[in-house]
Amino acid sequence: MTFTIPIENGNGVKNAEADSQRTLYPYVTGTSVVAIKYKDGILMASDMGGSYGSTLRYKNIERMKAIGKHSLLGASGEISDFQEILRYLDELMLNDNMWDDGNSLGPKEVHNYLTRVMYNRRNKFNPLWNTLVLGGVKNGEKYLGMVSMIGVSFEDNHVATGFGNHLARPILRDEWREDLSFEEGVKLLEKCMRVLLYRDRSAINKLQIAKMTEEGVTVSEPYSLKTFWDFKAFTNPTVGAEGSW
Amino acid sequence: MSQTAVDVPPKGGFSFDLCKRNDMLTQKGLKAPSFLKTGTTIVGLIFKDGVILGADTRATEGPIVADKNCEKIHYMAPNIYCCGAGTAADTEAVTDMVSSQLRLHRYQTGRDSRVITALTLLKKHLFSYQGHVSAALVLGGVDITGPHLHTIYPHGSTDTLPFATMGSGSLAAMSVFEAKYKEGLTRDEGIKLVAEAICSGIFNDLGSGSNVDICVITKGNKEYLRNYMEPNPRTYVSSKGYSFTKKTEVLLTKITPLLERVEITEVGEAMEE
Repeated sequence: MTFTIPIENGNGVKNAEADSQRTLYPYVTGTSVVAIKYKDGILMASDMGGSYGSTLRYKNIERMKAIGKHSLLGASGEISDFQEILRYLDELMLNDNMWDDGNSLGPKEVHNYLTRVMYNRRNKFNPLWNTLVLGGVKNGEKYLGMVSMIGVSFEDNHVATGFGNHLARPILRDEWREDLSFEEGVKLLEKCMRVLLYRDRSAINKLQIAKMTEEGVTVSEPYSLKTFWDFKAFTNPTVGAEGSW
Repeated sequence: MSQTAVDVPPKGGFSFDLCKRNDMLTQKGLKAPSFLKTGTTIVGLIFKDGVILGADTRATEGPIVADKNCEKIHYMAPNIYCCGAGTAADTEAVTDMVSSQLRLHRYQTGRDSRVITALTLLKKHLFSYQGHVSAALVLGGVDITGPHLHTIYPHGSTDTLPFATMGSGSLAAMSVFEAKYKEGLTRDEGIKLVAEAICSGIFNDLGSGSNVDICVITKGNKEYLRNYMEPNPRTYVSSKGYSFTKKTEVLLTKITPLLERVEITEVGEAMEE
C-alpha cells in the first residue's frame, strides 16, 4: 500500500508523484514551421534544428512527417511530444486501415482528431507542448490547418508557428495569392525562412521543404539558404561616428 | 517662528518614497492609472543621399486607442529627427530636453549639431535612469560627417545600423526590411520601403495603427511628410456634413469677425537694454 503525502503549494494540495508526471516546460524544442496552399496542393517548410534551451543540440531532426496518403504534419515545440503524437497517429491510421473499406482518413479528419487530443490534454493540465500544422489534399480539395498546445484550431490559406507568427505572417499576408505555381511558392517560403534565419536565434540554416499534392507527399533533401552579410555598413559601422557603437 | 519641517526634494533621479504606500493601496484594491504608451512601429533606413525615418500614429492606453493621430517623429535639430516608442511622456520629455541641449550647444560651438552628440546625450540620460525612463528611440540625421542612423534602448545601449525598427510592431516591419532592403536605394525606393514596413506594422500589430508619417533628411534639407499615407480612412462619411435635428429652426448663419478694439500707437523709446 503506498501512501502519497499531500504537499501544499500556492495552487492547493497536490500529490508529489502526480506533479512529476505533468508537462511543466519544454526541453528539446523545434522552432517555426511555415506552410502555404498553392496551385497543386500544400507547401510546408521547417528547419532541422532541435534546441536544448539555448544550446543547438540536434541538427538533424525532421519536423515534418507524412500521415497516411493524404496528410502532412509539421510541428514546432517539444520534440518528444511530437514523437508521441506521431505514435498516436500511427495507431489511428492502423485502425483505419484495418476497416479495409477503401476509405482513408483525410487531412480534415486528422486535424479534428489532433484538435481533440490537444484540447483534452490541456484540460487535464498536461499539455502536449506543440503547435501543429496539418496540411493535405484529398479528392482535389486542399486543406491547411493549425492546432496550438491549448487546443486553438483553425484553417487558413497560410499558417506559421512560433516566431513565424511575427516575422513570416506579415510577408505571407502581403504576398500570398490564390494560384501560386510551385516555383513561386517555394520562393515565397524561402523568403520567409530567410528572414527567420536572420532574426530567430534558434533557427539554423538547414531546411527542408515538403510538397503535398494529390499524388502524394515528397519531403525534399535538406539544403541551406544563401544569406547576405556584406552590407557596407556592417564592415565599418561607426565610420564618421567615432565613439559610438 | 513656527517650526515646519521643510521637505527638501532629492537632488535628482526618481524618488521611490511613495512605492510602499502605492503597494499598500493596490493591495487594498485600488487600480493604478495606466500609462499612455505608444504601442508603435518606428523604422529608419539609410539610403543613397541620407536618412528616412518612418512611424505610425497610434497611441494606446492599455487596450484603448487614446490618440488616433499622434506625432512620433520628434524634432531634435534642423538636421536630426528622432522617432520614439515606449511611454509617450518619456519619449516626448527626453527628446525635448536633448533638443534644447543641442540648441544651446549649437550657440556655444557655432556649428551644426552632429548625430553622435544627440546619441551620447540621450544614452547618458537613459542609462542614468537604469531603464525606468521607458523610451526606445530611432535617431537619424545627416551632419558634416555623413548620414547616420542609431537605435537607443531604454537601458541606454545603442546600435548603429543601416536599417532599424523599434516598438511592438518592430518584428513585422523588420521582416519587410530583411526581405527587401538593398544598399544604395534612391529616395523614392526608400520612401516606398519605409511606408511598406510601417504598413506591415499597422496591419499586423495591434499596438500600431492609423496613418504613416515619414521624414526624409538629406544634406542641407529635410522633409517632414506628416500623414504621408492614410490607409485607414473613415469608412462612412456623411456627404451632408452636419445636419441639425428636425426640431431646431436654423434662422440665420452668419459669421461676425470681432473687430480690433485696441489701438496700438508706436510712441516712446524702446526698452532700455
